[in-house]
Amino acid sequence: MSKDNQILEELTSSEYKYGFETLIENDSAPKGINEDIIRFISAKKKEPEWMLELRLKAFRHWVTLEEPTWPNVHYPKIDFQDIIYYSAPKPKKTLSSLDEVDPDLLETFKKLGISLEEQKRLSGVAVDAVIDSVSVKTTFKKTLAELGIIFCSFSEAVQEHPELVKKYLGAVVPMTDNYYAALNSAVFTDGSFCYIPKGVRCPMELSTYFRINASGTGQFERTLIVADEGSYVSYLEGCTAPQRDENQLHAAVVEIYAESRAEVKYSTVQNWYPGNKEGKGGIYNFVTKRGLCKGDYSKISWTQVETGSAITWKYPSCVLKGDHSIGEFYSVAVTNNYQQADTGSKMIHLGKNTNSTIISKGISAGKSQNSYRGLVKIHKRAENARNFSQCDSLLMGDKCGAHTFPYIEIDNSSAKVEHEATTSKIGEDQIFYCNQRGIDTENAVALIVNGYAKEVLNKLPMEFAVEAQKLLALTLEGSVG
Amino acid sequence: MGPNGSGKSTLASVLAGREEYEITEGEVEFLGKDILDLAPEDRAREGLFLAFQYPVEIPGVSSNNFLRTALNQIRKYRGMDPLDAVSFLKLMKEKMALVEIDQKLINRSLNEGFSGGEKKRNEIFQMAMLEPKLAILDETDSGLDIDALRIVASGVNKLKTGENATIVVTHYQRLLDYIVPDFVHVLYNGRIVKSGDKSLALELEEKGYDWIKADADGVVS
Repeated sequence: MSKDNQILEELTSSEYKYGFETLIENDSAPKGINEDIIRFISAKKKEPEWMLELRLKAFRHWVTLEEPTWPNVHYPKIDFQDIIYYSAPKPKKTLSSLDEVDPDLLETFKKLGISLEEQKRLSGVAVDAVIDSVSVKTTFKKTLAELGIIFCSFSEAVQEHPELVKKYLGAVVPMTDNYYAALNSAVFTDGSFCYIPKGVRCPMELSTYFRINASGTGQFERTLIVADEGSYVSYLEGCTAPQRDENQLHAAVVEIYAESRAEVKYSTVQNWYPGNKEGKGGIYNFVTKRGLCKGDYSKISWTQVETGSAITWKYPSCVLKGDHSIGEFYSVAVTNNYQQADTGSKMIHLGKNTNSTIISKGISAGKSQNSYRGLVKIHKRAENARNFSQCDSLLMGDKCGAHTFPYIEIDNSSAKVEHEATTSKIGEDQIFYCNQRGIDTENAVALIVNGYAKEVLNKLPMEFAVEAQKLLALTLEGSVG
Repeated sequence: MGPNGSGKSTLASVLAGREEYEITEGEVEFLGKDILDLAPEDRAREGLFLAFQYPVEIPGVSSNNFLRTALNQIRKYRGMDPLDAVSFLKLMKEKMALVEIDQKLINRSLNEGFSGGEKKRNEIFQMAMLEPKLAILDETDSGLDIDALRIVASGVNKLKTGENATIVVTHYQRLLDYIVPDFVHVLYNGRIVKSGDKSLALELEEKGYDWIKADADGVVS
């Protein structure tokens, strides 16, 4: 070896020392984002080369993008180099009984009507051997496997079903779609993957409660649901119990792909920490959710109950490509104290005889700001497209705000598009009427709010709906009178 | 009874505990308790019921849900167990038959899109469900056609027991053809200026309020 070569060798290897290879020994990456960090994440997850390439492509695009400023929300600028993008999932401290759990949290559980078993699971108490959650999971997994349904963590899917992931990942939300979707594509650590084969009707609600690899999905979650021809699945995300997280920024991506005659029902209850009463802290929830009705007669329904997060920025959308395909969006978004929400839906009609419905119920209390933002777009080839949108706002008190930004773009004269909007206030008269019948103000508000949101709550699976009702009441506790 | 602006609805509102009214003096004792210290819901739980002149609409809330919440909060206040769904529905059926109200009306959102008559009938149905000790019917007869008036009155009569009382606020003798009062009090300028029995109502129907006003004003001046 010549001297020059020796120096070169030293230089490159020492350079290498500061690259991702040395990082691999660590449990978490240093703060910040660059290509080495992305290589590190991919290596940690033992991903194939193609997955790394996708991540890098997304990252290289992301650096060219500007953070969006158009939503009607205000927050200090995020320093993306001040975030840790990977840390190994820490095993939660296991408690031996509910007596060790924060009493405030238990009170909330009680009010939500969450079962004792569930309370233990949520607060990290060891579940006794009789009702072992592992055995539930095993039975559950067996039933699904017999039907050919794949439901696993995203990391597992990359390893076990690379052909499916390769085919569908980014097919609905391209890696380069928007600022946060690109960021997510570059650094996501885990999430869920679900595939329903042709003609199969999934016999149970697929829920994050049963997520097979629940740990460490973290702040950049990735979900991909594929419903093959003529299949059906109902998917539940989130839970009503309050969720705290050290990570302030959450940027998830959810993609749904529906082949012909497939139907996907996606329900969300989001109750991330909203910050304290003075508006300090809380999660920034910047999510991209989109479904593609690829085949004819396919259908995608989004139902969401959003009560948490300091800032919500989220527009679950449907691209109605197949003829006769149907897109639905049912939403209740509650903001209290200093919460800000800019949420709504996009319905993109591309196919003939496509039909979409948007029912949005905003509830603002405290000093919060609640915006509905929606787009209905009828493409020029979309003959006989139909849309019905209803955007209602309910105000509690006189310090909150409700805003509506509907966008309608129609390039085909056969379209029928309807938009209805109302704004109302919870009246003193309504509350007094309830009081006079023996109902206290807290319960009166719960009754009135649940009545207002009924059309949406009815779309949720039964047990979820009951919890969601209680959650609404709890979120608005003390906001009147 | 009493002419417009004499304070009938104000009295009803004050008794029920509406916040807009400030009580400057006096006391209201109800079954041995000073109710002015009680919140409106506690007055209701003590057995005070107000049938509203203009019942409000509560969209998306069924009568079933509304009344079950109300009844169980009242029961809780009185140290009773909540009614289970089966007993509650049985009670609903029984009271619906008693006040002749249609199931269809009960299934709809509370008062939403109800006609004036339907709203008033629903108030009487709620009264039947909650079994108050004192019910105040604030111009329940206004806006009722003759059939609805008869049904409402018959409901009130059927609900009468030796244990409860009803104050019927009205302008007209017509309602009193169906609900026979034990006492008639005439309110004017916020005071009871004349009391009597059923015949006083008939006299008012015939002569109007002017003579009472003249008497009362005469007394004042």
